[in-house]
Amino acid sequence: MAEFRLPPNSRMTKGRHFPAPDGATDIRRFVVYRYDPDSGENPRMDTYDVDMANCGPMVLDVLIKIKNEIDPTLTFRRSCREGICGSCAMNIDGGNTLACTVTAERGKGKTKIYPLPHMPVVKDLVPDLTNFYAQYASIKPWLQTRTPPPDRERLQSKEDQERIDDPAACILCACCSAGCPSYWWNSDRFLGPAALLAAYRWLVDSRDEATGERLDDLEDPFRLYRCHTIMNCTQTCPKGLNPAQAIAETKKMLIERRH
Amino acid sequence: MMSNSERPTSPHMSVYRWPISMTLSILHRMTGVALAVGLVVYVAWLMAAAGGSNDYRQFVDLMQSPLGRIALVGWSLAFFFHLCNGVRHLFWDTGRGFEMSQVNASAWTVIVTSVVMTLLYWWLA
Repeated sequence: MAEFRLPPNSRMTKGRHFPAPDGATDIRRFVVYRYDPDSGENPRMDTYDVDMANCGPMVLDVLIKIKNEIDPTLTFRRSCREGICGSCAMNIDGGNTLACTVTAERGKGKTKIYPLPHMPVVKDLVPDLTNFYAQYASIKPWLQTRTPPPDRERLQSKEDQERIDDPAACILCACCSAGCPSYWWNSDRFLGPAALLAAYRWLVDSRDEATGERLDDLEDPFRLYRCHTIMNCTQTCPKGLNPAQAIAETKKMLIERRH
Repeated sequence: MMSNSERPTSPHMSVYRWPISMTLSILHRMTGVALAVGLVVYVAWLMAAAGGSNDYRQFVDLMQSPLGRIALVGWSLAFFFHLCNGVRHLFWDTGRGFEMSQVNASAWTVIVTSVVMTLLYWWLA
């Protein structure tokens, strides 16, 4: 059910303030969600004044600078720093995106950074994605065939490949699912846009021979049909993909196979 | 898998920047509820008409009070919004209009059209 208020243990308190060092010339303020599982305390919002004169341009550069020079306890995931691994997905200024591909010097005033919304928080900006990955595994994201394997590769036409180019470019960063209100209220039963985009990727794969079973698995009031075309997934996807359209096409496939 | 009931839930509604598309989605839900309530009033109107001139006058007086007028204008706006946005959903059901530029354009079209239809309705009424 929709729980609009955060549970008591999740409400944020005012945290500490780390002022910029003396002689800083280009100060920007970052307010960051902090949660320490060992403290037994509620999450808090810490404020860091960062000297941008000697900092990289992206939000991830700022977080690394904070961790290296200001507060080594700050915890977040990151790896590739170029928008392909999906590790540094978080909520920056109210939108889910990758910290490594979004500039730190946007607009006026402070930048607010939270973990991906409505997720169990392991520590600071690190959400627990166990359920998200389990849902991805549940759509069986691999090629399924009935026919005997050919002596060579299973060939595709260029057009067939182009149908899966976009959905296969998903990096599973979870920005879309964590931005979907339906997923917020029903993540225990609704697969969410990321898993549904992956399911679509196999539905339209010309080499896959389990389309019927895949559609059977999706035909469910919750797993698929909790999508109400709110469009937050497509709006927020840092890779410019379109999960909402993939879900609509899946719904169409379910209707068309009745005739 | 461990149960993580002690882990805090990260903030959602309170920190998410509402895009226009999400705002219209929740408005569609809310106007739907408002119209369901309005249907009860509509039945009350029919019952008042069936109940004779005295009942009917009472009902009309109630609806012509300032509060009644505000409610009627609200219901008409809710009706036209729900109608226009419903058509938008029908287009989506055919797989069309999913580019973000189209989504935003259709959102504003729905808003403007429903306001214009409401104004026209009360101007002609």
